[in-house]
Amino acid sequence: MSLHDHDHDDRDHDHPHEPLTIVGEPVAAARVRALVDLLVEKGVVGRDDVRQRIDWLVSRSPSDGARLVARSWVDPEFRQRLLADTRAAAFELDLDPGPSPVVIALENTETVHHMVVCTLCSCYPKALLGPPPDWYKDFPYRSRAVSEPRAVLEEFGVHLDADVELRVVDSTADIRYLVIPQRPSGTEALREDELAALVTRDSMIGVAIPAVPSPAAS
Amino acid sequence: MYQRGQEVRVAARQHEGHHRTPAYLKGKQGTVTRVHASFLNPETHAYGTDGLPEQALYLVSFAQSDVWPEHHGDAADRLYVDVFEHWLEEA
Amino acid sequence: MHDRGGWLTDARIDRSEHELADWEVLMDSLAGALGQKGVMNVDELRRGIEGMRPNEYETAAYYERWLYSVEAILTEKGVLAPGELDARLET
Repeated sequence: MSLHDHDHDDRDHDHPHEPLTIVGEPVAAARVRALVDLLVEKGVVGRDDVRQRIDWLVSRSPSDGARLVARSWVDPEFRQRLLADTRAAAFELDLDPGPSPVVIALENTETVHHMVVCTLCSCYPKALLGPPPDWYKDFPYRSRAVSEPRAVLEEFGVHLDADVELRVVDSTADIRYLVIPQRPSGTEALREDELAALVTRDSMIGVAIPAVPSPAAS
Repeated sequence: MYQRGQEVRVAARQHEGHHRTPAYLKGKQGTVTRVHASFLNPETHAYGTDGLPEQALYLVSFAQSDVWPEHHGDAADRLYVDVFEHWLEEA
Repeated sequence: MHDRGGWLTDARIDRSEHELADWEVLMDSLAGALGQKGVMNVDELRRGIEGMRPNEYETAAYYERWLYSVEAILTEKGVLAPGELDARLET
C-alpha cells in the first residue's frame, strides 16, 4: 500500500460517521451530502424539512396517475370532472396532485393523440407520475419531440395513423400535463384495479399505448 | 387579455435572461386554446424579486407546418405551448 | 443551450431506466426544502442551471446541474461564502 493510500485511510478513520464517498458514486454525491450538512448547521433548512421532501419524493409513483386513468375509463362522469379540474379529481381518489402547479389532464381519443415534453427543462407531473425517466430530461427527446414527433413516437414503438391529429404539448411554465390514454379494446371484463395495471407511465406521457393483456396471461 | 380562439403572434424579441418562451416559437402565429390563471413572472422571480405583477398564461396552439416550414409533417399536427401574456401580440 | 426544442440531432433516445440514487433524491429534496423555506425558488434554480458554461451543461448529469445551481444561487445570496463548501470537503 502506498503512502498516499495510507493518508487517505487515516483521513477516513477520522470520521466516526459514514464515509462521505461511496465507491462508484460521482463526486457530486459527497458534495450534496456535505452541502445539506452545512445548510442544516447554518439553520438554513432543517434536516426534517429535507427528510419530509425525501419521503414525499420516494412515495410518488405512476400508479397514482394510473388510478385516475382507470377511474376515468369506467366512470364517464368522473372523466368529465378529471378533464375539467384534474386537481379536484385527484383529491376525490385521495391522491396528492402536488403543490401549487396546476395539473391538467389531456384526453386521447380515436382522432387526437397528445404527447408531452418540456423542451426548456424537465417539467413533469411528478406528484402523480413519480420522478421523470432519464430520457424525458435528456437532450434527444427534448430536441426532437417538438420537431419530429411522429418519428419519436415510432422510436417508442407507437405508430399513429395519418388521420389522427398529433398534439405535442411543450410544458414551459406552471402547468403540468398528464395524458389520459385510450382504453384498450378487449378490456370490457376487467375490474378497475386490473385496468389501472395496464396504464404505464409512458402512456401518461403520451409515448406509449396501454397494452391489451394477452389471452395467455388472463 | 386574450380570448380563447383568438389569433396571436409570439413576440420575436431576444431576451438574454431566464425566460420561458422557447426560441423555436418566436415570431410564430398561433391560436389561444386555453386561458390559464396568472402566475408569478419567472423573468423577474428568477432574480431574487417577488415576481409581481403576475402574468396571465395561455395555452397557444400552432400548426406544425407553421413552426417548422422546412419539415413535411402531417398537415393537421399541432404544437401546444404555454406562453405568458407579455410574449403575445395580436395577430 | 438549455432551450433544446427543434435542435437538429440524429441522436436516438436512450430509454434505459435508472432508479434515482440516494444523492439524487437528496439533491431534489434539498432544492424542494429550500423552496418551501423561501430561501430560493425554482425560477432561480433554473436560472442558475442556465448560467452554466455550455460545455459543463452538456456534460453534467441532471442533478449535478441542480447542485451547481444551488451552490451558485446560495453563494450569490450570501447564504454560502465563496469556497465554504470546498473547504468543508477538504477537512
